[in-house]
Amino acid sequence: MLRAGKTLGVFAVITTAIVAITYAITESQIIENERQALLKSLHELIPENRHDNDLYTDTKTLDIAALNFRGKPVTVYRARTNNQATAAIFSVTAPDGYTGAINLLIAINADDTLAGVRVVSHKETPGLGDAIETEKSDWIRIFDGQSLSNPLPERWKVKKDGGDFDQLTGATITPRAIVKMIKKTLQYFQANHDLVFAKDDNPPTQIQQIQSGAGE
Amino acid sequence: MAQTDYKKITRNGLWHNNPALIQLLGLCPLLAVSSTFINALGLGIATTLVMIGSNVTVSFVRNQIKQELRIPVFVLIIASFVTVVELLMHAYWHDLYKILGIFIPLIVTNCVIIARVEAFAAKNDVKASFVDGLTMGLGFTAVLLLLGSMREIIGQGTLFSHAHLMFGDTFRDIQLTLIHDYSGFLLAVLPPGAFIGLGLIIALKNVIEARRINRLAAIEKINVVDTAS
Repeated sequence: MLRAGKTLGVFAVITTAIVAITYAITESQIIENERQALLKSLHELIPENRHDNDLYTDTKTLDIAALNFRGKPVTVYRARTNNQATAAIFSVTAPDGYTGAINLLIAINADDTLAGVRVVSHKETPGLGDAIETEKSDWIRIFDGQSLSNPLPERWKVKKDGGDFDQLTGATITPRAIVKMIKKTLQYFQANHDLVFAKDDNPPTQIQQIQSGAGE
Repeated sequence: MAQTDYKKITRNGLWHNNPALIQLLGLCPLLAVSSTFINALGLGIATTLVMIGSNVTVSFVRNQIKQELRIPVFVLIIASFVTVVELLMHAYWHDLYKILGIFIPLIVTNCVIIARVEAFAAKNDVKASFVDGLTMGLGFTAVLLLLGSMREIIGQGTLFSHAHLMFGDTFRDIQLTLIHDYSGFLLAVLPPGAFIGLGLIIALKNVIEARRINRLAAIEKINVVDTAS
């Protein structure tokens, strides 16, 4: 019995050691990968020539009741040129997609117009709702350059609901959720410029993860 | 000890005892990830690596482990190999890792791995166990690739899409659009398509097998009354 315990213990130590060593070797590469992947999606919205700061570390975590998803605060990436705010990218979640939450990056210029919107992860129906991905269709680009004055706030709906935005063929709930979330984000941003761009309490070492879709 | 018959091990892994077609083990990842060729290839490689690693390790230590201890030790070994493969993919194949996501850690629950460890590696030498792990892994990968190609062609009209996620940007152009202006066939992309596809592959395998046995029977002029189902 004691001998069995010893054998098991030895195997536990050896296998744990192997995992620990692999972790130590790959850790920095994995962190770098996460950083690159995030920067790549941020740069798709705010190209490198529109900012000279480090988007990855110039972040702010905001606790906004209207935008939080399941109580999780919203992360905002700030773009600046010569310390002048040029744009903010909100990492938010539309909670009411057809098959679950849709994680979005919403980039808004300092003049309140949209620089662009991208879907980070979602579980919408393949072939229908997944046309929100840029790889599948250009639908998500209809928001480029739009703002709360164009169209007016009451027109920030899909066409089926009497608004200005096209829905997708066979999918209305997915675009509806996205339009609603963008509108809420724009409204918050318009009212809180100073708060969003304020330089303060930002912990630069913290690794922000925008991916939260995988895993169930 | 009798001469190890590597040919027989190979034939078993790839055909006669194929993990996906005959043993019907590990169907959860098989069905879930086989929506495109590249996804299938990624999971196939990862599973094969884990199978080789755990088969060889178990075979190596098989004489040090008492009977009653073997299951916990096997689980420890398999779990660490899966974790190592997961970390390596996360570090060096990040985009593919994001697509395969939860199915990499889930390899640990793929019964075909513990089945091979228990049924083969625990009773055979290291070299034979290596061959068994390799061929079983390849057999599993082959079915994954076949199913992945079928579903991708029927579902999206393409083949080898997203190859750049696995092989880098130089391979972005190897995507073949086999059917132009294809609106897609949702059933093939969704899970039911995976079940139907696998069913068809198993049926095809049985037809080929039945013909082969009939031919053998005809040659030897023996009447085969009933083939084992």
